[in-house]
Amino acid sequence: MSAARRTQPRADRRELAAIFAGGTIGGLARVGVAQGFPHAASAWPWPTFAVNLFGAWLLGWSVTRLSSHGYARPFVGIGVCGALTTFATLQLELLRMLDAGRWALALAYAATSLVAGLGAVRLGIALARRGRVRP
Amino acid sequence: MSALLLWVGVALLGGVGAVARFLLSTAVARRSEGWFPSGTLAVNLSGTALLGLLAGAALHGDALTLVGGGLIGSYTTFSTWMLDSERLAEHHSDRALLVNLAGSLLLGLAAVALGRALGGAL
Repeated sequence: MSAARRTQPRADRRELAAIFAGGTIGGLARVGVAQGFPHAASAWPWPTFAVNLFGAWLLGWSVTRLSSHGYARPFVGIGVCGALTTFATLQLELLRMLDAGRWALALAYAATSLVAGLGAVRLGIALARRGRVRP
Repeated sequence: MSALLLWVGVALLGGVGAVARFLLSTAVARRSEGWFPSGTLAVNLSGTALLGLLAGAALHGDALTLVGGGLIGSYTTFSTWMLDSERLAEHHSDRALLVNLAGSLLLGLAAVALGRALGGAL
C-alpha cells in the first residue's frame, strides 16, 4: 500500500478501485430504492430522504471507526456513502416542488434534510466512538 | 434495453461517478486555501447543473436512469456535505457550518434552475 502511494501519490490505483467498487454498490442501492418506491413530484421524496440520511449516518460511523490507512474507509466512505447519497437529486426535487407551488413542502424538505442529515452524521460518529475499544 | 444491462450500466456509472467525485474534489481542495470545503461544493454544483440540464432537455426513461441516476447521483454527494459541515462546526464555528449548509443549498438550487433553463433552450 505504501509503495503504491509512494510511486503514485496523486492517484493510488487500489484506492481508486476501492472507490469505484463502493460507488457501484452505492449507486445501485440508490437507484434501486428510487425505482422501487416511486413518488409524485409534489410528494415528500422518501427514497432520496432515506438514502441520504442512512448514507450520512454510515459516513459518520465509517470515518470514525475505520482506519485511515488501507482501503476500507475509501471503499465505504467515498465509494458507498458518497454514491448512495445525492445532492443533485435533492435539488431537482426541491425545484419541482417550487414548480408545483409547494413552497412549504420545499422548505420543510430542505430544512429537515439538513437538520436530520447533520444529526445522522453526529449519531454515526457518536456510536462509533462508543463502540471503539480504547487501549 | 434489457433490465440486466440497465442495472449493469447503473452500477458501472455509479463507480465512475464516485471516482470522478474523488478526483475532482481532491484536485479542487488541493488548490484552494482556507477553511471552506470547496472540493465538495465544486462537485455538487457541477453535477447539479448537469442534472438540471438533462431535466431541461427532457431526458427520460433508461437514459435518465443511467446518466441522471447512475452517474450524476453517485457523482454528487449529500453525506460528505454533511460530514464537512459537522467538521466546520467542530473545528471552526457555527457560522461556518451555517454558511456551508445555506450557501450550498441556495447555490445548488440556482445551479439546477440554471441548468434546466439552458437544457430547455437546447
